[in-house]
Amino acid sequence: MVAFTINGKPASVEAEPDTPLLWVIREHLKMTGTKYGCGAGLCGACTVHVDGKAVRSCQTAVSEVGGKQIKTIEGLSPDSSHALQKAWIAEQVPQCGYCQSGQIMKAAELLASNKNPTRDEIVRHMDGNICRCGTYTRIVAAIQRAAKEG
Amino acid sequence: MTFLEKKKIQVSRRGFLTGAGGLTFAIAVGPKGLSLVSPAQAAKTGKEIGAWVRISADDLITILTPAAEMGQGSMTGVPIALAEELDADWNKVTLEMAPADPNTYGYEARGRRSMAIVGSRAVMLYFNQMRTAGAQVRKVLLDAAAQKWGVSAAELSTEPNMVVHKASGRRMSYGEIASFARVPAEMPAVSKADLKKPAQFRLIGKSVERRDIPEKVNGSGQYSMDVQLPGMVYASTVHAPVQGAQPVSWNDAAVRALKGVSGIVKLKSGVAVVADTFEHVIAAREALKVNWRSGAKSEGFDSVVTLDKTYPKIAADKSAKTKQVAKKGDPDGAFAAAAKTYKADFRSDFAYHAQMEPLNGVARFNADGTAEVWEGTQAPGRSRQLIAKALGLKTGQVIHHQMYLGGGFGRRSNTDFTIEAAEIAREIGKPVKMIWTREEDLKFAMLRPQTLQCLEAALDKDGKVSGWRHCVIGDGGNLTYGGIKLDSYYGIPNQDVHQRGPSHGIRLKHWRAVAHPFNLFAIEGLIDEMAEKERQDPIEFRRQRLALTAKAKATFDRVEKMSDWKRKRPEGRALGFSVSERSGSVGAGVVEISLDRRTGKIRVHNVWVSVHGGTVVQPEAARRNIESGVIWGISSVLKERATVKNGVVEQSNFHDYELLRMSESPETIEVDFVPSEARPTGLGEIGNPFLSAAIANAFHALTGKRLYHMPFTPERVLEALKA
Repeated sequence: MVAFTINGKPASVEAEPDTPLLWVIREHLKMTGTKYGCGAGLCGACTVHVDGKAVRSCQTAVSEVGGKQIKTIEGLSPDSSHALQKAWIAEQVPQCGYCQSGQIMKAAELLASNKNPTRDEIVRHMDGNICRCGTYTRIVAAIQRAAKEG
Repeated sequence: MTFLEKKKIQVSRRGFLTGAGGLTFAIAVGPKGLSLVSPAQAAKTGKEIGAWVRISADDLITILTPAAEMGQGSMTGVPIALAEELDADWNKVTLEMAPADPNTYGYEARGRRSMAIVGSRAVMLYFNQMRTAGAQVRKVLLDAAAQKWGVSAAELSTEPNMVVHKASGRRMSYGEIASFARVPAEMPAVSKADLKKPAQFRLIGKSVERRDIPEKVNGSGQYSMDVQLPGMVYASTVHAPVQGAQPVSWNDAAVRALKGVSGIVKLKSGVAVVADTFEHVIAAREALKVNWRSGAKSEGFDSVVTLDKTYPKIAADKSAKTKQVAKKGDPDGAFAAAAKTYKADFRSDFAYHAQMEPLNGVARFNADGTAEVWEGTQAPGRSRQLIAKALGLKTGQVIHHQMYLGGGFGRRSNTDFTIEAAEIAREIGKPVKMIWTREEDLKFAMLRPQTLQCLEAALDKDGKVSGWRHCVIGDGGNLTYGGIKLDSYYGIPNQDVHQRGPSHGIRLKHWRAVAHPFNLFAIEGLIDEMAEKERQDPIEFRRQRLALTAKAKATFDRVEKMSDWKRKRPEGRALGFSVSERSGSVGAGVVEISLDRRTGKIRVHNVWVSVHGGTVVQPEAARRNIESGVIWGISSVLKERATVKNGVVEQSNFHDYELLRMSESPETIEVDFVPSEARPTGLGEIGNPFLSAAIANAFHALTGKRLYHMPFTPERVLEALKA
């Protein structure tokens, strides 16, 4: 059994130690906002925060998160009021939307340490997250808006 | 909230039709197509009916939306037209997904009714019928208010959700009317004259927020991948590496002995492992060793050799079986009389959809013999039929739940994955969530076909393009020649367009804009080459030597201005131009590129595109959809290449099938719409077809070299530079 905190609440799961955190979150805990895209750490759709750091949950074994604080898209704000979520709506960023939880969680990590990132800093930080629908220019605009409107 | 809890609070279809209080407008299919009827009328005629619009006494309006939502915004864009003519207050409108019942909710195309959201058709084909329905409902409300006030309906007008009697200053909300009015036994007819004039539009041509977006920023949006059912088990199918090969035997006992494994199911084209958790499914997948029957058609197929060696032979073989796609005038005569001729060959590789949500489906069988499926599909009606057929059920015995699509792009108008889920659920006797891994999704892909294209053009004594020959070689019939006809933008009097191709046994499918991207690559590549040889500006060449249609002319003029086409760019930058065309829309695009001559990497910095798409119902959503197409186009043209060796797709995940990343995306994309009051035409796929030729033509402007094989991978670029 592994115990950790997820979105501020304690959780414990029965799973083999090497089970990817992704499947623990999605199918054991039924929090499906975190997405499976590639299972190989290549696309970023499964991005969550572990102790404030954005990680690929498909490449993180559940045994690595014992006692740690996990935050998923569901825990970013109680009511979609995080500056990024508001900016994402204002810029109408998502297309199919499947990658966007991962995009937002990755962007949240950036804004937590850099209140006013340049375009280059945004691109460098976000480059590992694939959006097949090609919403990249809107993602940049939304992060800039969130930084400004906080 | 779990998915099931959420479902429970949704109004059931029956409840929607018969719900207490308020007005419910049903829809029925009559001899003249689709029209609104009252539930009473529908019951009397016994025609297939379904609810369409409901107005409750608390002034809220519910509209069923028939359009699959895969990011293109149609879920919102289609019902907007109904809300417009109803003069609804959009803030009081709730949308619900219509059931998978094309006879009731489908648009009419080619004499059949369909809910297939393909070919950029959703808004285009639903537009008129949605407007008519909205106008009918508005008429009922006006008549009811007129009766209540004892005035003529002609004296009344509407404001959003409100009937107004100007003479007396009286006002009544739609909700108040719904509390006393009845849907008439016969719905009023409306004619074109009853519809709003464009100047009166409050919603069409303005932009509202897409309704699916709030759920897509907080993780609550439900894709089939997210469905949770009580007692559900997990499954994944292993398909033959050689596409099309059938399973014979496998290490059954060894896999069944693994932790959590509860079943192994033989399917037509694969073997599915079933377990209590998905991590156990993955372990079982890895342990499964299947013997596949040899002799599949694709066995031995090598895509690279076929494109390089076989296709040119087919092109040269005058006796090869040929499909005439278009024939106009006297092409042979035009070439015989030509003052000058040009020719060039172009190639394009296989491509993969790479939708972000790997294909999956959820299914269960109920005690009453019905099967229930959850899937994100572009064609819910057809999907339901195909699933029923595969299970030996009647269509009515399949309950279909439409979910958000984590990308469609043509791949999800087929439902092979959900059929697998249903077959596994039947065999196992439990609800199943069946997920293809990304590797499975790519190895068992349905690809965009590879092609060789041979083009020839004739110029007459005045230098006009008088003759045109275009032959496309490839597998997949219309998947290779959709978008090959150029009459919606260029007038060429004498044409011979045809297709040839062997079948390789590789799974093929429509891919965003189908065959337009590689056909336009060839068409606009040759035209750019002619402009160069004739020493004329590429846009000017098209204007003077090709009879431009009005739509083409408008977009050419506008994009020329937007991009400041004639302005000299800084050293190391160059522009390229191409027309775009898809589903009735015509566009023109310009790209500005640079090149890293050491690595062979092309970078697109700025993109300008002007589109003639008729009435643009939701401009902001359409703009984003076209931006999405532009990025898609750049991605496919610069990076995306699937190859097949011995019948096996060689790529397996995003490390070897790379997609464009943010750092490789343009800094700016400027999208323009030609103002028009014409009926809407397709916008979902007009954004990507022009990138192939525009980038190749910009590459020529920059380097003096031409690219004849897409994608323009760094290796091919370096090779072209050396040529």
